Amino acid sequence: MQVTINGELRDIATQTMQQLLESLGIDPRKVAVERNAVILPKAEYMTTPVVAGDRIEIVHFVGGG
Amino acid sequence: MSHNDTLVIAGRHFNSRLMVGTGKYASNEETARALEASGAEIITVAVRRVNLDRSKESLLDYIDLKKYTLLPNTAGCYTADDAVRTCLLAREAGMSDFVKLEVLGNEKTLFPDNEELLKAAKILIKEGFTVLPYTSDDPIVCKKLEDLGCAAVMPLGAPIGSGLGIRNPYNIKIILDTVKVPVIVDAGVGTASDAAIAMELGCHGVLMNTAIAGAKNPIAMAEAMNLAVRAGRLAYLAGRIPRKLYATASSPLEGLLE
Repeated sequence: MQVTINGELRDIATQTMQQLLESLGIDPRKVAVERNAVILPKAEYMTTPVVAGDRIEIVHFVGGG
Repeated sequence: MSHNDTLVIAGRHFNSRLMVGTGKYASNEETARALEASGAEIITVAVRRVNLDRSKESLLDYIDLKKYTLLPNTAGCYTADDAVRTCLLAREAGMSDFVKLEVLGNEKTLFPDNEELLKAAKILIKEGFTVLPYTSDDPIVCKKLEDLGCAAVMPLGAPIGSGLGIRNPYNIKIILDTVKVPVIVDAGVGTASDAAIAMELGCHGVLMNTAIAGAKNPIAMAEAMNLAVRAGRLAYLAGRIPRKLYATASSPLEGLLE
């Protein structure tokens, strides 16, 4: 199925948000995730399925002033 | 300096009055060393998309989060909605309510859009955030931000990254007379004397990034800023002499040879 992650169209298998982050090599503790413009609390990564057409934003802290 | 001369923001005490940004350094190692030399306890970070194809190495791997209070910023946001969204994401990523709120109005000057800033501040305070807004050196706007419940006001000394110093010390003075919350000069500092001037005016703190990160030797400049902020604060507390047009002799006039 196709989903948009950080503005990029990607083909992925059916999975949860937790599994998606792991497959991308991302430590869930260090990021915040928005799914279809709604922030997903960390506690819900395990139980939230990623659905075809989802628009996902994954952000973290970088150097800034 | 007196041990109880701490900077208090929203009930939290900080020993250092210098806050530093973490952008524009050559490497994460250099950032960590500059932070150490600066003595800062509050450091700003930006919120950006994770690059899916690059290494997931993070600045936070180099920073002791027990030592520093992270102050996520809303840099690059031009509307209240974008700034609020960024703050909500920052809170989820960092688990802290502290935010440096900036809402920009122009790409060339990076001057704040104070109308959007006030709008965003109102929403964020309602959402429980501790808001530290970057604003113009405008006493009226600063008073409005305080009235909304901002924990500090952060007027610019000069445009972000310009290194022009404190362009309008008189406005900063009026802001200090106008609000009761801490006044932190944010942006414009170019070198150590600029930071000292801000502190001598009576500001409660100074926030800078480019002045340190852009220096030829960022670690040495971080130390210079550390000393300048402390020197300026101490001079302010000590109370400077009045300016006079004519000389006053330092040596006694009595006992002069005839």
